[in-house]
Amino acid sequence: MVQLARDEHEMLDGKHGRARQRAMEILVQYADALGAQRFVNTNNVHLLIGFHPYPEVVTVTDGDELASKFLLDTDEKIVVDYIETFNTTHIFAIDLERWKLMGAPQSLHELMESIKKYCIRTGISLTSTCTPYQVGNIPTRGEHCAWTESSAVPYCNAILGARTNTEAAHSAFPIALTGKVPLSGFHLDENRLGDQLIQVETDVNSVMDWYLLGYYAGENSQIEVPVLKLARPMVPNISMLKGFNAAGASSGGIMMYHIVGLTPEAPTQAAAFGGRKIQKTLNYGNAERRQTYETLNSAEDSGVDVINMGCPHYSLEQLRDVARLLDGKKVHGNVTLWIWTAHQLKDIADRNGYTDIIFKAGGQVMTDTCPLNTNLFPPGTKVVATDSAKQAHYTPAITGFDVWFGSMQDCIDAAITGKWRGELK
Amino acid sequence: MTQVVLKGRKVVGGVTEGEALVTGQAISTWGGVNAVKGIITERRHELRGQSFKDKILVFPSAKGSSGWSTVAQVIRMADQSPKAMIVRDINSLTAIGAVVLRVPTVTDLDQDPTEVIATGDWIKIDGDRGIVEIIKKG
Repeated sequence: MVQLARDEHEMLDGKHGRARQRAMEILVQYADALGAQRFVNTNNVHLLIGFHPYPEVVTVTDGDELASKFLLDTDEKIVVDYIETFNTTHIFAIDLERWKLMGAPQSLHELMESIKKYCIRTGISLTSTCTPYQVGNIPTRGEHCAWTESSAVPYCNAILGARTNTEAAHSAFPIALTGKVPLSGFHLDENRLGDQLIQVETDVNSVMDWYLLGYYAGENSQIEVPVLKLARPMVPNISMLKGFNAAGASSGGIMMYHIVGLTPEAPTQAAAFGGRKIQKTLNYGNAERRQTYETLNSAEDSGVDVINMGCPHYSLEQLRDVARLLDGKKVHGNVTLWIWTAHQLKDIADRNGYTDIIFKAGGQVMTDTCPLNTNLFPPGTKVVATDSAKQAHYTPAITGFDVWFGSMQDCIDAAITGKWRGELK
Repeated sequence: MTQVVLKGRKVVGGVTEGEALVTGQAISTWGGVNAVKGIITERRHELRGQSFKDKILVFPSAKGSSGWSTVAQVIRMADQSPKAMIVRDINSLTAIGAVVLRVPTVTDLDQDPTEVIATGDWIKIDGDRGIVEIIKKG
């Protein structure tokens, strides 16, 4: 049983209001389910609040009723006054401004407006992105956090050296209300050490290479902590790491990893394993790279209907690069080109003319979500192309569509020609 | 009739019995399950197309999306829940997922449940005491 500090007892006893009491009830169950001994304080939560994959079950529209039913998991209406804990928000169900372009119904727009009002009233920061670390939520090394979004969690843990487990809607909201997170999993030193060694023998010089490596690592490491050792060391940038993290948390459940000589808790291979025995050693070479690429490509028809880019939300660098590729070009009449990013980064893209270049070419820069969340695709879609291994992984299961996976250049070539011509180089 | 008893610990309490559905592969509920139909939909999953409703679902761990408990809640609301869950390696996603699903769930067993239990075995589970009784099929 989890041991409660005085303030936690008070919350459970209702001395800090019904909302915090209900939150603490959930957190005690959650902590016991995890086998946690106690809680630790947090002042950094990435909430999952504006997204629901089954809008048909959401029959209430009042913000308090929504939060009570879908986050505090009760039929009792509980009113939250203010959330003291610093927080940001994960994606919403639709692009909050361009929802009509997605073919979203008016009812879903109204639901999002209701949630937006709730957030503003209760002190929830509307960032609506899967990449909080791109828009102002950048934890400090060692900071205890409670983040949703499987691709953001390894960025928090492995790259920044902050501490979080992958939280879900029903854990993150109570954690934000109370500022308490169960001390378990990756909050504890011993769980952050490496389990497996992946010797990367092939070059990983592009974003696509890092997606492939991540997908391989996730498939083989599952929820263990892999330690990557690059035969030819290089320094991956944010776009590459974003890709690795998203892929590794799709084929598997990587929440923490190390790159020897690069990530903060792995100055050496010995430090990454912390004296623990290496359970398994894997070699990632050209054969593994090719096999991973072939696994991700589930399409056969070269005709492409939708190009979906920006999963996780495109970085500023990717927005700049994709605009350059599209400058003066025309997207094929049969193709819908969607480029997803955070609202805040689109603002910079607008100012720099990237959005305009993409729009003139026939593409759209979209924000706040991705179409998999509500399964909103143009009518008649059969084949989707993407430069994200995460999209390539989930799209068939959610939509039934076939998928092509490749580089940004492959996707833009398909956008212009209407045909997939990507291949592994 | 062979009977095996596994000892572990409570994740969510309660007592029930039923037929096992076992997978050696991790489960992502969001993007891997159709919650209103109660079936696994992940493209390369060995249980693809199978329903877990009213089964004792035995699996190694969660993987993938942080939408785990959101989808678990819809599974419960759509009356597609498994009778119980046996999770080999618990983590944040399966822990909160089990709390929201509100079915007896155990973990940290003294043997690997995905190895010892086969699909079709009859399982009696005591979530509060963390005990799993396996009556082997056939």
